[in-house]
Amino acid sequence: MTLQVRARVQRGDFSLTINDTLPSNGITALFGRSGCGKTTLLRIIAGLEKLRDAEVSFNGEVWQAGRRRMPINRRRLGLVFQESSLLPHLSVEANLMYGYRRTTEGQRRLHPETVRPLLALDDLLQQPVHTLSGGQRQRVALGRALLTSPQLMLLDEPLSALDTTAKREILPFLSGLSTTTGVPMLLVTHSAREVEQLADQVAFMEQGRIERVEPLREALTRPESPLFSDEGPATVLQGDLRETGEGQWQFVTPGGNGRPSVVFQVSGQSSHHTSLHRLRILASDVSLALTQPQGISIRNMMPVRVERIEQSDEHRCTISCRLADGQLLLSRITLQSVVELGLAPGDSVVALVKSAALME
Amino acid sequence: MPELSPQDWQAIAVTLKLCALTTAILLVLATPLAWWLAHRQSPSRTVVQALVALPLVLPPTVLGFYLLIALGPRGPVGQTLESMGLTHLAFSFEGILVASVIYSLPFAVQPLVEAFRHLGTRPVEVAASLGAGPLDRLFTVILPLCRGGFIVAATLTFAHTLGEFGVILMLGGSIPGETQVLSVLIYDYAEAMDYAAAHRLSLGLLIFAFVVLVAVYSFNRRFDGVRP
Repeated sequence: MTLQVRARVQRGDFSLTINDTLPSNGITALFGRSGCGKTTLLRIIAGLEKLRDAEVSFNGEVWQAGRRRMPINRRRLGLVFQESSLLPHLSVEANLMYGYRRTTEGQRRLHPETVRPLLALDDLLQQPVHTLSGGQRQRVALGRALLTSPQLMLLDEPLSALDTTAKREILPFLSGLSTTTGVPMLLVTHSAREVEQLADQVAFMEQGRIERVEPLREALTRPESPLFSDEGPATVLQGDLRETGEGQWQFVTPGGNGRPSVVFQVSGQSSHHTSLHRLRILASDVSLALTQPQGISIRNMMPVRVERIEQSDEHRCTISCRLADGQLLLSRITLQSVVELGLAPGDSVVALVKSAALME
Repeated sequence: MPELSPQDWQAIAVTLKLCALTTAILLVLATPLAWWLAHRQSPSRTVVQALVALPLVLPPTVLGFYLLIALGPRGPVGQTLESMGLTHLAFSFEGILVASVIYSLPFAVQPLVEAFRHLGTRPVEVAASLGAGPLDRLFTVILPLCRGGFIVAATLTFAHTLGEFGVILMLGGSIPGETQVLSVLIYDYAEAMDYAAAHRLSLGLLIFAFVVLVAVYSFNRRFDGVRP
């Protein structure tokens, strides 16, 4: 299952040189700063850029060879854009069914009765398109694309035009959508958070090139990863969200292999978020203490073992700590603290997690 | 209401047939042309734009003169047609139809370009990704979303063809039932000093043109770009 692309674009200052194979299972994030060419690459894959010379093939099916392009309507791919792309003269239901009606019966794998509940679309069907909120529009757009039973979904910054509330609303829908529907997705984004919450693997783009393609798990182990360039290193833990009382939520990691699970108290969640299985903790939000402190507002104090100490820059160190369940937790503290505490690999310490939320 | 003569009625029939066919042909031709002009960044775009707008500034006699040469028995088009066993197009209904299509081209193209620019390419890209082929996209996305542009284009083309005079006189002459349209017949009446006959047709055309323009402007207030 692969997507192969070879293309060259030169337009003024902008240049793009791609000769890569991208995985086409689960969610692959195409991550890079704005202007690095990720949207152009997505449009080349979709067949929306009229290039004279490019090669695109998906799972052995040739989509473009030189000048010859398979028309986009025959590629069977789902497109979701940054801004609302619903057809304004059609109702929500007609938008959803536009692609479904044009999919032959033999190719239909996803049906309205499966897709509507996945994206909570039932209440929206009769509403006029212009009354929908930004998040609702993107849900309809996702559903509409899925209903063509696409071989591949191309998502071009689907969340970046949304405000924080709308993002919180839609992210849980996106997470797991690829697994549930079996449709591989290529997600263009410049947000490290989105990558960490959604992606299975990441293609890092820089100045018109794909620098590296790797599983998210590996990307997260490199302290110099571009994912960390804005907010510093972060840990992404696997687990489940559970409600323990009125508005009280816990994030519980699976444990296993004789190891106990680890429980984090998380704030600001709702049952809507239970489809999220990744907890992101910034290394700068994790402090270390030699003993369990008393009388402190921090609610998450985890016994950990120091595994590795790396100096990140002149003043700061990144400490890799092993949680009881075996997952790594990164902490970023000053060099001075490391020296004062006398930290060394193998030490048992307490990690103080200042804030833990599945999404902000 | 003064009585219309059989010759008047014949001219009205020729005129309506000419206007209707011109409008139909132009909508088919202008749609892809306008789409290309609205959305392609090609070096040849400026040249095509100028060619499309040429009938706006050219004296109709110039257009009629060259068409007469091209479509006539010794012109490249006329000769080709004759060598294929057909007749040349000078002084024929088909000839003035070709002339009208060229003459009214900007009035069909410009409102459509404006409408297509306003629409953008996104809805069409979306429809394509959802499996709609080119004609499917035209009928289910472009036409319903650019309805106003198409109505304005059709109305203006029709009205402008109705007012065509110089080109037809040069190329078609004034053959009753063939090339004698209302504007030419009015000219003939006036030449023959039959002012009463010229007046009843002129007034009719004046009122018709006014009603059409009021309808267009009230339908699409944004429409200010092209003035006949």
